[in-house]
Amino acid sequence: MQGFWAPRRIVMAAIAAGIVVWCVLALNWTWLADPKYQGLILQGIWTTIWILVVTMVLGMLLAIPLGLAQAAGPWWLAMPAAGFCGLIRGTPLLLQLWLLYYGLGSLFPSIPWIRQSDLWPILRQAWPYAVLALSLSVAGYEGEVMRGAFKGVPHGQLEAAKAMGMPRFTIFRRIWLPQALRRVLPTLGGETVLQMKATPLVATITVIDIYAVSSRIRQDTFVVYEPLLLLAVVYMAIAGVIVLLFRWLENRVPQKTA
Amino acid sequence: MKDTAAPSPEAIRVDELHKSFGAHHVLKGVSLRACEGDVVAIIGGSGSGKSTMLRCINFLETPSSGRISIGGEDVAMRPDGSPLNRKQIERLRQSLGMVFQSFNLWTHRTVLENLIEVPVHVLKTPKDEAIARARKLLARVGLAEKEGAYPAFMSGGQQQRAAIARALCMEPRAMLFDEPTSALDPELVGEVLQVIRGLADEGRTMVLVTHEMKFAREVASHVIYLHNGLIEEQGPPDQLFGAPKSERLKQFLKSVA
Repeated sequence: MQGFWAPRRIVMAAIAAGIVVWCVLALNWTWLADPKYQGLILQGIWTTIWILVVTMVLGMLLAIPLGLAQAAGPWWLAMPAAGFCGLIRGTPLLLQLWLLYYGLGSLFPSIPWIRQSDLWPILRQAWPYAVLALSLSVAGYEGEVMRGAFKGVPHGQLEAAKAMGMPRFTIFRRIWLPQALRRVLPTLGGETVLQMKATPLVATITVIDIYAVSSRIRQDTFVVYEPLLLLAVVYMAIAGVIVLLFRWLENRVPQKTA
Repeated sequence: MKDTAAPSPEAIRVDELHKSFGAHHVLKGVSLRACEGDVVAIIGGSGSGKSTMLRCINFLETPSSGRISIGGEDVAMRPDGSPLNRKQIERLRQSLGMVFQSFNLWTHRTVLENLIEVPVHVLKTPKDEAIARARKLLARVGLAEKEGAYPAFMSGGQQQRAAIARALCMEPRAMLFDEPTSALDPELVGEVLQVIRGLADEGRTMVLVTHEMKFAREVASHVIYLHNGLIEEQGPPDQLFGAPKSERLKQFLKSVA
């Protein structure tokens, strides 16, 4: 049997629908009706999303020079870049986050000019350390990915640009970088999902993301299981959006190199 | 070269060019002169240094020593042969349209975008003007209907014709061809040679490294036979192909016939 309405599909859909109905009817969702929790949940989802987006963007902006330095830079740029990527990839993100938060975070207040600066109201909060740690993490992983991507662009593509008298930076901006970025798109989609799944760590340094909200609800209401289900649904929905977004991006440029 | 009463201005001049890759001495003092309208063909066996010689003209390879001038302008070189002035190299390269063996069209851009890339983003030609010029050139190489295609979806012959149009779109003073048909399937060679022949017929200055001896004989005004990094023999095509003097060239012509 072919087609969308093949029997196996109908059976699977029925089972899935059954599970959903059972979850809705048999489990305790009364806490969802509480406006206080609704607000918290929305704020938590928003925090998770903006941390994800901001750290991916900042991380990629750092990853590009890190990758370029390793792919084509002189040794005094390539070595530190490789060292940074190795350090980030070789240590747990939780450790990096805590080192920054408890390290920098406790160092800054002891420096008077930082305490008196206009940045202090920001630096005394937790989120800058979360953003920093997560961005550096993206930079470390994607710097390595970009290194491969830069190296993977065929030499002839750059030579053609050179032969036509393109200045070096124009070659980078118009030919090398776009082709490297297109190469990393499929990888980057997966890495963004991984980054999303790393965001709950920020709850350990008091940033209130959706994970922190669900923990709070569980502690307040003694409803153990259902907030976790909500978490799963939220993360899966975000992951779905990421996958669709990257699929769209990949299809926008015909990906084929002969 | 051409025996005209008033010699046309010099387009490309190479004097006593040497090039080593490490200990490997590839070019051992070769010279070349192409005036406006000349078609110089460089032939020779593999490893003879013919591609290296061509690539030194626009500094894709850095010569070890020698002198190169484009349109009467000497390229400023350090004693070690490396270019002194990047801006000058970039400007001179813009006057030399290079066509590669492996086409090297930019795969992330359509054919039309490939053609207008350098005119618009480097030479600052107004975009509509560049597009009009590009369309005219695409029509000329028989690719008018392919302007929106990506290179990967075209045959090798089509890609090479597009690459020629891309080089022409910069309105170069001279064209450099580095074995333009060597990567093509045999049945696609003809369409590319036809385009190059058209350029020769309209009086374009060209330096052409090729394995197509019959073609070289037909279009070239001057032929250089390179062997082991030295010019073994050179002259008008009829003389070189019809009555080769050197034993090596006779051998070579026999082997490629």
